[in-house]
Amino acid sequence: MSLQLFIEQLLNGIQFGFMLFLMSAGLTLIFGVMGLINLAHGSFFMIGAFSASFVAGLTGNFFLAILASLIFPALIGITVEFSIIRKLYERDHLDQVLATFALILIFSEATRYIFGAFPLFLDIPNILQGNILLPGEIVYSKYRLIIIIIGLFIAIGLYFLINRTLLGIQIKAGQNDRQMIRVLGINISRLYTIVFAMGAALAGLAGALIGAIQSVEVGMGEPVLILAFVVIVIGGIGSIKGALIGALLIGVLDTMARLFLPIFFELIMETSQALSLGSSLASMSAYLLMALVLIFRPTGLFGKK
Amino acid sequence: MFKKSISTFILFLLTISYAYGDKVKVGMITTLSGGGSGLGIDIRDGFALAVKDEPNIEIISGDDQRKPDIAVQLADKMIQSDKVDIITGIVWSNLAMAVVPAVVNQGKFYLSPNAGPSLLAGKKCHKNYFNIAWQNDNLHEAAGGYASSAGFKNSFIIAPNYPAGKDALTGYKRYFKGSIENEVYTKLGQTDYAAEIAKIRASNADSVYFFLPGGMGIAFIKQFSQAQVDLPLVGPAFSFDQGILKAVGNAALGVKNTSQWSKDIENAQNKKFVKDFQSAYGRLPSLYASQGYDTGKIIVSAMANASIKDMDAFREALKNAPSQGFKSTRGKFSFSSNHHPIQDIYVREVVEENGTLTNKLISSGLVDHSNFYVDQCKM
Repeated sequence: MSLQLFIEQLLNGIQFGFMLFLMSAGLTLIFGVMGLINLAHGSFFMIGAFSASFVAGLTGNFFLAILASLIFPALIGITVEFSIIRKLYERDHLDQVLATFALILIFSEATRYIFGAFPLFLDIPNILQGNILLPGEIVYSKYRLIIIIIGLFIAIGLYFLINRTLLGIQIKAGQNDRQMIRVLGINISRLYTIVFAMGAALAGLAGALIGAIQSVEVGMGEPVLILAFVVIVIGGIGSIKGALIGALLIGVLDTMARLFLPIFFELIMETSQALSLGSSLASMSAYLLMALVLIFRPTGLFGKK
Repeated sequence: MFKKSISTFILFLLTISYAYGDKVKVGMITTLSGGGSGLGIDIRDGFALAVKDEPNIEIISGDDQRKPDIAVQLADKMIQSDKVDIITGIVWSNLAMAVVPAVVNQGKFYLSPNAGPSLLAGKKCHKNYFNIAWQNDNLHEAAGGYASSAGFKNSFIIAPNYPAGKDALTGYKRYFKGSIENEVYTKLGQTDYAAEIAKIRASNADSVYFFLPGGMGIAFIKQFSQAQVDLPLVGPAFSFDQGILKAVGNAALGVKNTSQWSKDIENAQNKKFVKDFQSAYGRLPSLYASQGYDTGKIIVSAMANASIKDMDAFREALKNAPSQGFKSTRGKFSFSSNHHPIQDIYVREVVEENGTLTNKLISSGLVDHSNFYVDQCKM
C-alpha cells in the first residue's frame, strides 16, 4: 500500500467524520438542552436533500440548492417544534421516542407522496467535479475537500456561538439547569425553537452535501441517524466538542477498518473467508468502539459525570 | 322452441368461456412504502396492467415495507382469511426466503416476479414455486461472459456483504475467464464508496464489476464518475433501470449492463407492453414492471387452460404456459425442470435518447440460459 493511498483514505475518513458531525451536532444540542430524544432528526437530513434537489432542478444552481437545504428544514423544524415537539419536553423518553418515530413515518410517506418513490437527481456543479492534486502527489476529490472545509467552518462557528455569544451562554445554562434559566426570566421556549431549528438546518445541510454524491431517496436519513447516535454516545451527550471528536473518530475508524481489516485477515486465513470476516468486522467497528467507550467512560468522552 | 335453443346456446357459450372460469385470488405482497418502494410499485403496476381485462382475477395487495416479518404476517393473513390461491410480488431475496417455503407448503402457488435465491432453485425447490424473472446468479453470469468477450483480463469486483451479493460475485466469476484483481464486500446499505474507489484507483484492474442494488448503486456510479477513475464499469440491469438512471444522470452514460429484458427487444408482446404501460402510468416501464407483467400474463394463460381448483392441472398449465399461449415480453421463454426461466440474457448500453437516459441493446450475452442449480433440485 502506498503512502498516497493511505493519506487519501485518511482524508476520506475525515470527510465522513465531518458529515457525521453536522448530523450529530444538532442531535446532541437538542438532547442536551431540551432533554429530547429526536428520532426524526434523520428526516431533516432527507428533507434537506430533497429540497436541494428540488431547487437545483428548478434553478440549475447548486448554491441556491444548498441555501434551500438550510432554510426548508429549519422552517419545517420550527413548525414541528411549535406544534408537536413542544408537548414532549415534559414527557418521558419513551413517549418522545414513540412520537418522533411517528414523525419519521409521516415525513417519509409525505415525501414519497410529493416526490414519488424513485430517487431524485442531484449532482455537484461542474467546477467541483474531478480531483485536485494535493502536496505529496495526493489525488483527492475536490468536492470531498469542500465538505471537509465546510465542516471545519461550521465546527469553528459553533464553537464561537456556544462560547462567545449570549445565545451560547443561554444554551449552556439550559443544559445545566433548565428550571433556573426559566426563573431568571429567559424566554426558554424561544431558545428551544432556535436550537431545534438550528439542528434541523445542520442536518438538512448534511443531507444536501451528501445527497449530491449519493442517492436522494426516501429513508436516506435513518442509517446516518443511527451512526449519529453512536457519535453522541461516544462523545458524551450534550457536548459539541464531544460530537466533533466522536464523529471524526468514527469516520476515520470506519474507513480505515474497511481498508485494513480484510488485508489483515488475509495474512492469517484463506482469502474468501478473510474478505467476508474483514468486511463484517469493519461494519461493526463503530459499535465496538461505542461498547468500549461505554465500558470505560459510561458518560462518553466529554460527557458530564 | 326458438327461445329455448337461444337460451341453451347462451348457456353453452357461458360454459365455454367459464369452462375454467373459477375466480383466482392473487395475493400481491410487495414493497410499496419506504426505501426500495419504486421496485415494488413497478411490479404491482406491471401485474395489474397484465390482468386488467381478466374479470376472474382478484388482486389483494399488501405492503411488506421491505421487512421479512411483515411479509410473513401478510402471507399468513392472505392465506388464512382472504383464502388466496396464488401469492406473488416479493422483491427481495431475504423476504422471499422467509415467505415462499411457508406458502408452497400450505398448498398455494408462489410465482416470483423478482427474487431468485439459489436455495429456492436448488435444494429447497418446490413444485408449487415458479420463478418468472431469473435465478439470482443469471445476470451476473452474463456480465462475466460479456467482460471476457470484451477482452477484459483483470476485474475489480464489488458487492454488498449478504447472500445475494455473494451469489452475484460467484455468478460473475463462473463465466469470467480473466483474473480477479480484488473482491470487495461492502456493508449492506453503505452509500459512501470513497474508500473502495481509492482502492480501485490504486489497483491494476482493467475493469470494474459491481452489484449494488438500489440507492447503493446510484451512490457508487456517481462517486465513481466524480472520481474520474478511467476504467470501464460493468453491472447488472438493476443499477441501470429507468427509475435509477434519472437519479444517476450522465454519470451512467456508456456503461454496459446485462438484462433479460429491455424496452427495445423486438417482439409484438413487448411493443404492446411498453406502449400500454406508458399510456396507463405515464412513465417508461422498468425491468421490474416487465417481470410483473409477465407474471400476470402467465396466470392468465394458465387460467385459460386449467381450473385453479385442480392444483395438479393448474401447475401443469403454468409450467406449459410458454407453449400454450403465454408470450413473454422478452421473446423466447420456457421453464427449466426447477421452474426457473430458460431465456436469453442481453448486454445493454446506457444511451441518451431525446434527452432521456435509457438502455439500448448491443448484443445477446447468453443464449437459452438456464441456471446452475437445476441438478440440485429434486422435485
